[in-house]
Amino acid sequence: MDFFTTLILVLDSTVRLSVPLLLAALAGLYSERSGVFDIGLEGKMLAGAFAAGAAAAVTGSAWAGLGAAVLVSVFLALVHGFASITHRGNQIVSGVAINFIAAGATIILGQAWFRQGGRTPSLPGDARFGALHLPFADTLRDVPFLGPIYAELISGHSLLVYLAFLFVPFTWWVLFRTRFGLRLRAVGENPAAVDTAGISVSWLRYRAVMCTGLLTGLAGTYLSLAQNAGFVKDMTAGRGFIALAALIFAKWRPVPVMFACLLFGFLDAFAIRIQGTPLPLIGQVPVQLMQALPYILTVVLLAGFIGKAIPPRAGGVPYVKER
Amino acid sequence: MAHTAIELNGISKSFGAVHANRNIDLKITAGTIHGIIGENGAGKSTLMSILYGFYQADSGRIQVAGKPASIKTPSAAIALGIGMVHQHFMLVENFTVLENVMLGAEGEALLNTSIAKARDELERLERDYGLEVDPDALIEDLPVGLQQRVEILKALYRGADILILDEPTGVLTPAEADHLFRILRQLKEEGKTVILITHKLREIMAITDNVSVMRQGAMVATRKTAETTVEELAELMVGRHVLLRVEKGEGRAGDVMLSVKNLTVKDSRGVTMVDDVSFDVRAGEIVGIAGVAGNGQSQLLEAITGVRQAVSGTVTLDGTPVELTGEADPVDLRKRGMAHVPEDRHHVGLVLPFEENENAMLGYHWQDKYLKGPLLDIEAIRDDARRKIEKYDIRPADCRLKTANFSGGNQQKIVLAREMEQDPKVLIVGQPTRGVDVGAIEFIHRRLIDMRDQGKAVLLVSVELDEIRSLSDRILVMFAGRVVGERGPEATEGELGLLMAGVEKKEAAE
Ligand SMILES: Nc1ncnc2c1ncn2[C@@H]1O[C@H](COP(=O)(O)OP(=O)(O)OP(=O)(O)O)[C@@H](O)[C@H]1O
Ligand SMILES: [Mg+2]
Repeated sequence: MDFFTTLILVLDSTVRLSVPLLLAALAGLYSERSGVFDIGLEGKMLAGAFAAGAAAAVTGSAWAGLGAAVLVSVFLALVHGFASITHRGNQIVSGVAINFIAAGATIILGQAWFRQGGRTPSLPGDARFGALHLPFADTLRDVPFLGPIYAELISGHSLLVYLAFLFVPFTWWVLFRTRFGLRLRAVGENPAAVDTAGISVSWLRYRAVMCTGLLTGLAGTYLSLAQNAGFVKDMTAGRGFIALAALIFAKWRPVPVMFACLLFGFLDAFAIRIQGTPLPLIGQVPVQLMQALPYILTVVLLAGFIGKAIPPRAGGVPYVKER
Repeated sequence: MAHTAIELNGISKSFGAVHANRNIDLKITAGTIHGIIGENGAGKSTLMSILYGFYQADSGRIQVAGKPASIKTPSAAIALGIGMVHQHFMLVENFTVLENVMLGAEGEALLNTSIAKARDELERLERDYGLEVDPDALIEDLPVGLQQRVEILKALYRGADILILDEPTGVLTPAEADHLFRILRQLKEEGKTVILITHKLREIMAITDNVSVMRQGAMVATRKTAETTVEELAELMVGRHVLLRVEKGEGRAGDVMLSVKNLTVKDSRGVTMVDDVSFDVRAGEIVGIAGVAGNGQSQLLEAITGVRQAVSGTVTLDGTPVELTGEADPVDLRKRGMAHVPEDRHHVGLVLPFEENENAMLGYHWQDKYLKGPLLDIEAIRDDARRKIEKYDIRPADCRLKTANFSGGNQQKIVLAREMEQDPKVLIVGQPTRGVDVGAIEFIHRRLIDMRDQGKAVLLVSVELDEIRSLSDRILVMFAGRVVGERGPEATEGELGLLMAGVEKKEAAE
């Protein structure tokens, strides 16, 4: 039973740790499926986390924090869109710029407004998205096997966790069952086909990057208002990049994105769990190795096991009609 | 008196320094098939794209059915009943036929009901026009002929009354082209208007009612087809007299220069594309390989030129074997006298962002005449390029221009000049005149005959039967990866057509 409890605990933190990855990766999915590559997920998530932390600290409301985060990261997404859709700039450069701006601006503004070394003030419970207790969680806890799974693993997460996982089928539905999704997939493959079919390429891509902004805003909010009690500088810690890896790993498909994020979340949870405890046969594993594991795994698996990950064909290339 | 479907007045359009359309007037009568011809880069596609709202004219007016129209986007054109099949297909490769057809005309925001409706409508159109395509097939799995059907279906699905087709037959086999023309006639009978761009004057004569000729961005003439001749059209197009069929003397075949024995080649999916093919090409002769596109000609060329790995067989170049592992050193092959004009000039023959002079010697850059010590001799390279521009009449005559800014026919001349001016022993040419105008075709054919007369061995692969028949000393027909017959240049089109369709054996058995 001890092993079972440990497992439940590890899986529980897997869920928690994979949520920001999942939200960010789904965010990237909208943009990249439309043909706009976005390595600025990290920056948008960070800016969102800061906006959420700041707004929640000032207003005392988690919802205000969420709103601020979404506004800020949609704004940054539009900046990326303006550079790469309207001005046909280099999408990588624009993404990197957004990452730099977010990293710098959050610290400067944080220090100027709150004077806590770049942090936002620590938030009380009702300015955060706390755990939701699903019905009967406590009564069912003692049911063998299924009880702990329900009570620990399924119940007791914040609203944003459920929302993130709901976004998986929702995104699938949008992509494959709606007109918007059909056009979104088409514009990432061949914008000229979309253009000659009488659809505006720019407006379609703008809508896609706005979806990206919305979801990175949620990811940022989760970091500062659910996982933590406030914003800490550089709190995204590369999650935007791991999310990109998950996206590639999943070949830009929503359900595999979820599994990839869960896998990376699990590695993270596992690394935290075994920290300091030597493993049988192997001995002490350096933390850095565990942290590098998602990246190593992506490279290794992409190199041979899951086949070629073919990005949307028009990805990264601005749509230019007249040379 | 039939009314006017389209009227263009004073349309002008520039791309940077290029005047693609200058002050163009054009009137198209409803219910007719109107041909538009012109040299490469004359501005035909540009004009039609303006009518379709894909480009914006710098100035000028458009009237549709007698009413002034402002066509700022393709959706405006679609709303006015204009449909267009573009020269380069506008399809989403990894979508199904159905998805491509409904894209942009889906109806409701949710797909579940609209898909079923679209499927019914698509199936009805396919039946009505004899345009059968599997609605669930992926575009990338379809041959170009079927992809084109999808493009036509797309336009019909949107209720087009005026259908623009930009060089639709460039990629079609003769049988497919005939089928297309039957459909166009049917559309005309239904009262629809068709605008047809093509380089093939024979098609213009066969199917159009009126024909307009463009030259260097301007509209130079419009004729009733019944009142003109192929010769007059060719002359109007190019601005000088054109020989539509090259004259050539008897060939004098010499020693075997290129010998292919039992060559078998598979494509990347492992399908056998070239099946036990053997033939020789001698000095001073042109051997033509005829066949419907996709019967292994491309893979044969790639294997002979050392680009693609062969499964078995041998290729000998002037007595010494060619490496068939797909790793052959192209510099080595060139040193040994093999020149190659690849089928796909855009992807294989040229580096489009390079300047013309760089492409004019690429692949031969190791030669002493282009080098000054370890460095490239830029002046020598440019002089060499200028010589080639002059000799091959490459336009515009600017060796510093980016290759992408030359029109298709001129890009082809750049490749031909590069390969032919190296004095090779064996010249291998794939589709030398694909998408090229009559003036340039005449020139290219002349040069190929000259090469032969100079004693070069020429292997010509082309899907244009006319071209094969007028140039070749011997004709090999490929079908399903095999050489199914050899004929002399006197072979009739019908005879070769049957061989190309692979029917000879069946007939013999009956
Ligand atoms: N999108 C573009 N941007 C810049 N220049 C262009 C563009 N499209 C065409 N051009 C230039 O405009 C001129 C006319 O081109 P266009 O494609 O209309 O010719 P065309 O008559 O259709 O020739 P072809 O028979 O080779 O298809 C050419 O010089 C071409 O290089
Ligand atoms: Mg054209």
